[in-house]
Formats: sequence, C-alpha cells, structure tokens
Amino acid sequence: MSGTVRLAPGYRFQWEPAQDCHVLLYPEGMVKLNAPAAAILEHCDGSRDAAGILAALQARFPGVELADDVHRFLEVAHERGWLRTV
Amino acid sequence: MSVAGCAPSRPLWLLAELTYACPLQCPYCSNPLDYGQIKDELDTATWLRVLREARALGAAQLGLSGGEPATRPDLEVLVAEARRLGYYSNLITSGIGLDAERIGRLRAAGLDHIQVSFQASGAELNDHLAGTRAFQHKLDIARAVKAAGYPMVLCFVLHRDNIDDMDAVLALAAELQADYVELATAQYYGWAWVNRDRLMPSREQLARGEAVAHAWQARLQGRMKIYYVVPDYYETRPKACMNGWGSIFLTIAPDGTALPCHSARSLPGLSFPNVREHGIDWIWNESPGFNRFRGFEWMREPCRSCDEKERDFGGCRCQAYLLTGDASQADPVCDKSPHHGRVLAAIEAAASTPSEKPLIFRNPRNARTLSG
Ligand code: SF4
Ligand code: SF4
Repeated sequence: MSGTVRLAPGYRFQWEPAQDCHVLLYPEGMVKLNAPAAAILEHCDGSRDAAGILAALQARFPGVELADDVHRFLEVAHERGWLRTV
Repeated sequence: MSVAGCAPSRPLWLLAELTYACPLQCPYCSNPLDYGQIKDELDTATWLRVLREARALGAAQLGLSGGEPATRPDLEVLVAEARRLGYYSNLITSGIGLDAERIGRLRAAGLDHIQVSFQASGAELNDHLAGTRAFQHKLDIARAVKAAGYPMVLCFVLHRDNIDDMDAVLALAAELQADYVELATAQYYGWAWVNRDRLMPSREQLARGEAVAHAWQARLQGRMKIYYVVPDYYETRPKACMNGWGSIFLTIAPDGTALPCHSARSLPGLSFPNVREHGIDWIWNESPGFNRFRGFEWMREPCRSCDEKERDFGGCRCQAYLLTGDASQADPVCDKSPHHGRVLAAIEAAASTPSEKPLIFRNPRNARTLSG
C-alpha cells in the first residue's frame, strides 16, 4: 500500500450524537466504530499515506505501540471497500 | 443493512415513501393494492419536520422512495435538509423523472446515493414488465448517475420471467460499470402477493441463477459487488424481518401513516399513528402499533420457547398474516411452524401455474378491481 489514503466514494464518516460514537455511512449501510477505528479513519482524509497516518497517531498517543494495529486496520478497511489509496 | 454493535430500538433507518405515484406498473410492486385511494400526500413542511424529529431520535440512513420519489417537485428541498441534518440519503428510483440536470441539482443539494432499478437486461422484456417504455431512459440515467460521481447501484427484482436473463443482466451491469448490483427475488407482498403464483421462480431456476451470480461474483471481484437475495419461501428459517418489529426501521407512508415496515398497513386490527397528529418520538416509543410486536412478549408457540428467536424474531408479521390469517403466528417459512405446509403448497401452486397466465400489473384499473 502506497499513496495517500482517503474514504472511498460514497462513504461518509461522522459523529452520531444519539449513539455516542463515530459511524461510517455508505449506500444503505452503517458501521458503528470504536474509538481506535475512528481515530484512524479521521486521518484518512487524502492528505497522508499509511506511514503519515501512523506518524500522526503516534504523535497523539506517544509511547503506545500502534504500528501493527494501524496497519491491520487499514488492510481490513481496504478489503471492505471503505478506503481508497491514490 | 449491517448495524454491527448499534444500540437497539432507535429508528436508525427512516424510509420516506414520498408518494405512491409512479409511471411504471411493475407486477411485483410493494405498494398497497388500494394505493390509488391514498391521495392526501404530506406537504413539504411536514416532511421537513419528520426529518428533523427522526434525526433527533438517531435516524442516520434515509431512504427516499415511493412510488417514484422523483415525481415530487420538492425532492431537492428535502434532500438539502437531510444533508444539513446529517442523514446519509439514498434515492431509490426507477429513473423516470430524472435527467442529468436534475441529478446535478440533487448532488449539489447533498444527495449521497442513487439506486436505479431495472426490470430486465433488454428493452423488450424490461418495458413489458414495467408496463411502459422506460429502458432506454434508465440506461441514460444509470450513466448520468455515474458521470455525476456517484457509485452506480443497480437493482433488479428477479422473478420467474426474468431470472433466466441473469447472465445478460450482469453483463449489462458490467458494461455500465456498476459498482453494486442487487439481485433481489421478489418478495410476496402488495402486488407481488396477488401475482405470487406467476412470479415465484422454480427451484431449478433459482439454482441456475445462483450459479450465474456466483460466476460473475468471482469474475468481477473487487470491481463490482453483487448481492443475490433468494426468496425465503425456499428456506426453512424466516428472515429477521426488519431486524425485529420497531427495532431500527421507521417507514412513513405518503399520507403520513407511520409503519414499522412498508407492508404493515395491510395488517388488520392494528392502528398506526399518523405524523400529522403525533410526533415521531411518541410514535416510535409509545404508540400501540409500534409496540404490538416489539421484543418477544407477543410471541406464541413455537416461537415463544424457541432458542432461535433472538436471531429471526419469529420472522415477518405480514407474511404470518398473509399465510395464516394471524399476524402473531410464527412466520410459516419456518419449518417449526405448524403452518409450514402452506409455504410448500404455495411453491406447488406456483409450479403448476402456466407462464401464459397474465400478470396483473400495478395500475389504477387493476387497483380498482382488486380493492373493491
Ligand atoms: S415497483 Fe415499479 S410500479 Fe412500484 S413504485 Fe417501483 S417502479 Fe413504480
Ligand atoms: S419457531 Fe419462531 S423463533 Fe423459532 S426459528 Fe421458527 S420462526 Fe424463528
């Protein structure tokens, strides 16, 4: 995976006050996200590649080993069609 | 829709049936048989209030359907408010009433997704099933949807007369560069109930259809997602209809009647509230109609003591009513139901119904005949 990462067309990431969580919305579907998943997706805004996303998260959570979790999540999110790398 | 992990009993999915008006005449239409008598459509201001109130309760997915929702001239206004409120909006359309310019306006208003329905892969069968010439326009609309930057989502309702056409259907979808294709076998409510014996595919047709769908799924993996939904009459467990009554789905009919699913207004002995008289909060949480089959308390045997009830909620209330005359029975698709034989009898009846028998198209004349 190289290139900058952003949400696939038709996907929307937003905070849902009524559910007290972030969700990912797409044609006729919705996934409720836990806090780590939301933190990663927040950074998938087309301005960073995978390494950049990890660096940004690492800066926010210093001292925590994040690399494996972030890469695994990005892989799964790609497989599910949530993300595009351009 | 998958709602993994979401808290129960919030109307996460709002289906706004904006109108029953539609220029097409599909013989499997899920609209009520007496749709012609329900003329008093909600005005724009009331729809805007419905959108606001449902959103406040947590609704996130909005379906705009009908009838043909594009016949409403205020569609753009409703879409813009939906976007402002934070809905993900889905327009479920036959394509009639849209053109590239209007798609552009809807896009600018913030519409998230357009699903275009087709009846078949070619003009002749498509237009026969639609009861009007629509195919060429649908092709234009599908292309315009894609050109506007939307994912292309195509929907084909399958039945005996078009399921053998599936290879061509998928070839057409691939040629149009569809992103998602929904192949959904007709479900037997509304007009499809009247035409059930004529519409139900045979077991052999379903098996062939499934093989074709799987071959295309493998061929176009990663490019086009294909969903193939078989009719539950051939299953031995019912579908988890609406994810449970009053659990996540809220339908508002064109006249403002609030329903736990779009077929529920046909259930006798239940009264459903109208948004002209009540707020969505009361309708969802307090109204007798929405509480009637909520949870498990209403269940009779075999569902009441069944260890699978949390998976399928006893199936579909409308199907239970249509097949047994009693909406509180187990869905007879379930082979634990004492009425499962009626589903088998329906399959038999379909098998012995010749394809020459005419379909009953959804139109005002047939509506008058059928609803007396
Ligand atoms: S199923 Fe056909 S007739 Fe019914 S609303 Fe949809 S397009 Fe119109
Ligand atoms: S008996 Fe009722 S709850 Fe049990 S599987 Fe059948 S329909 Fe579902």
